[in-house]
Amino acid sequence: MPAESGVMERRVAVIGVGWSGFAPQTADLSYKELMFEAAVRAYEDAGVDPRRDVDSFITCAEDYWEGFSIFDEFVPDQLGAVLKPTCTVAGDGLHGLANAVMQIESGLFDVVAVEAHSKASDLLTYEGLMRFAMDPIYTRPLGWHPYALAGLEMARYLYDTGNTEEHCAMVVEKNRRNALANPMASYATDITADDVMASRPLFEPLKELDVAGLADGCVVMVLAAEEVAEKLSDKPVWVLGMGWASETISPELRDWCRPVYAEVAADMAYAMAGIKEPAKELDLAEVDDRFSYKELQHVEALGFCDYGEAGKMLEDGVFDRDGDLPVNPSGGSLGVGHLLDASGLFRAMEVVLQLRGEAGRRQVEDARVGLAMSWRGIPTASGAVLIFGSEKEVSRT
Amino acid sequence: MASIKRRVAIIGAGITLFRRRLKETGRELSFYAAKMALEQAGITLDDVDAVVCGTAPDAFDGVHMKGEYLADGMGGHRRPFVRVYVGGGTGVFTPIAAWWHVASGHFDVVLAVAEEKMSSCFPHPQKAFTTIFDPIYTRPLGANLVWIFALEMQRYMHVHGVKKEQIATIAVKNKRNALDHPCAQLPAKITVKDVLESEVMVWPVQRLDISPPSDGAAAVVLAAEHVAKQLTDDPVWIEGVGWCLDSTYWTNRDLYYPKYVEYAARMAYKMAGIKNPPKEIDVAEPYDPFDYKEAHHAEGLMLARKGEYLKDVKDENDIFAKYGRDGDLPICPSGGLLGVGNPIAAAGMMKVCEIFWQLRKEAGKRQVKNDPRTGVAQAWGDLMQVGTVMVMRV
Repeated sequence: MPAESGVMERRVAVIGVGWSGFAPQTADLSYKELMFEAAVRAYEDAGVDPRRDVDSFITCAEDYWEGFSIFDEFVPDQLGAVLKPTCTVAGDGLHGLANAVMQIESGLFDVVAVEAHSKASDLLTYEGLMRFAMDPIYTRPLGWHPYALAGLEMARYLYDTGNTEEHCAMVVEKNRRNALANPMASYATDITADDVMASRPLFEPLKELDVAGLADGCVVMVLAAEEVAEKLSDKPVWVLGMGWASETISPELRDWCRPVYAEVAADMAYAMAGIKEPAKELDLAEVDDRFSYKELQHVEALGFCDYGEAGKMLEDGVFDRDGDLPVNPSGGSLGVGHLLDASGLFRAMEVVLQLRGEAGRRQVEDARVGLAMSWRGIPTASGAVLIFGSEKEVSRT
Repeated sequence: MASIKRRVAIIGAGITLFRRRLKETGRELSFYAAKMALEQAGITLDDVDAVVCGTAPDAFDGVHMKGEYLADGMGGHRRPFVRVYVGGGTGVFTPIAAWWHVASGHFDVVLAVAEEKMSSCFPHPQKAFTTIFDPIYTRPLGANLVWIFALEMQRYMHVHGVKKEQIATIAVKNKRNALDHPCAQLPAKITVKDVLESEVMVWPVQRLDISPPSDGAAAVVLAAEHVAKQLTDDPVWIEGVGWCLDSTYWTNRDLYYPKYVEYAARMAYKMAGIKNPPKEIDVAEPYDPFDYKEAHHAEGLMLARKGEYLKDVKDENDIFAKYGRDGDLPICPSGGLLGVGNPIAAAGMMKVCEIFWQLRKEAGKRQVKNDPRTGVAQAWGDLMQVGTVMVMRV
């Protein structure tokens, strides 16, 4: 599907990352202050002055999250973007990154900054807001709690694949324990799969502890074209591949077992990166785990294994931090907290830190190629995949 | 800055009726516009590699994550799909984002669709606009858009000594031009006197100074050079793109001149190699949600010096002589937002469609007479804050 000439002729690297917040409440900071802090750190990390060096700015936002209309209005000042090309990508942080990469590849810009944030603590009720994301004619009048859709999908997915509720509970155990080594994590805890199984049923088979808690936070990333990246950064992390895809918002028209958006996005990203066997060629993956079953489902859609095999591989420890293919060594959304549309940018940041060898106690050994995958949550079927490398090519040794 | 990697052309455009209240849902409107654009390009959805969506505030439809909601109507099902957004500037910005999808080398054929359905907002879409203000500093003032545009119009008139009689000629021109647009919502043969005697909204803005809220959608198909040349003998090349966002604090800037539009235009002109805009541009579609805005934006686009867009324009005859379809420099030959209607994102995209049809000599009764080779479309939005500009050539 990508263009014949879809290989990157102009390489793009991440040269700076910054974050702020990452707590269930940030009552002392406005979203503007969160953005300012994260941006200052990212610019410092990249060694750039936004007023002088950054050509374009992208914010990833949705009006309803913010509680007012036309969010990009409120972005330029705290990002240093006044009177510069600035826009909203109404998508996940990874969608924002993909557009930044294309802006650079096209030859239009050399340095682009991407911002995504969550001020989830400002929401009166998350589920009340998510009702507005349902089709106003067909699905919203059903009056469902949005998690009911997740419960239904989880039931169908487990039924079709043979993965079990216990496997889902093990995902929670893995991720929340991984998060113990992550100073950014809000939901780190020494929990067991049994605790998850014993937690309150929400929409069966979905249980209370299968769902990631919300968190506030902001991530800013600075990307640059090859020649600039090599001048500015000792440790540029290269974008090797990217893909994204959406499916219809109508749940009744979708496949309830396979997240096709993730398959399409992954195929595109692998083709670009030249990856044939992801499970062998990737050193780590940060994969959407808003609900525990989603990690298994996404891992399968990404082609790490066939449908129905993720549970067994999880049991075998393949996805542990010291396993063959660590999945969510950061703790994922389950451990760190769900950051709305900043979730993808958080995952990308984790991969960047891992590839730079700066992930501290959660460092994965010999990490050279990593994947970040996001999903925009119920009721959407939209996702994106980015693949990063510490080298410019995927080496096959 | 490196040079631009690939040439990108528009090869098809589509548009729906613009109406106050259409029965179709936003997904259906998107579908109609996209289908028409694909048909003009002579391709089907199977040939489309990616879709870019543009639509303005979610508050109109009352739908959260409106891009996700519209995705399948726009052809985004199981495809790379993304929504981009800069308020009222979205209509021209959407094909700009589609441009970088193709120019980057990732995709050969990209569909850009803009949709707006304002009529769902009850009792009036102006109510949704009260939510675009900073919730702490300005929203408590209860301001709506007409209120702040009255400030801007007043300032523009005051600084340059422009009269309301002069500004009203723009409404006369655009509404009359729209008589020839098959999708137009409020085409009319009116006079300056009609404008000046229409109901006062917020002084100096009167009823006929304003474009109507509307439902509608528009779409364009973009293709890489090698594909465009296979599919059509008349590709319209996107030769310049530009956008620029000013500070949130609109209260701190002088409203008489849209510097952000100038910066966006400079970016697009530089890319297109345009040094003398009034000489090198044959047809222009500056954003005209209010009549004074056409003057304001034409000056930002450097098609006239500051304050001089309406110099020597005293009545209807003068404006048609200068900016009519057979005038010195045709401006808003479509009929603009004032005549065709203002479904925000779709209205901006309508301007891109119009320049496309004008440069292909496919504008029918709206065709400008100066054998246009170069055209510019521009939109504007946010808190009097963003300019988006696209330069096209044949």
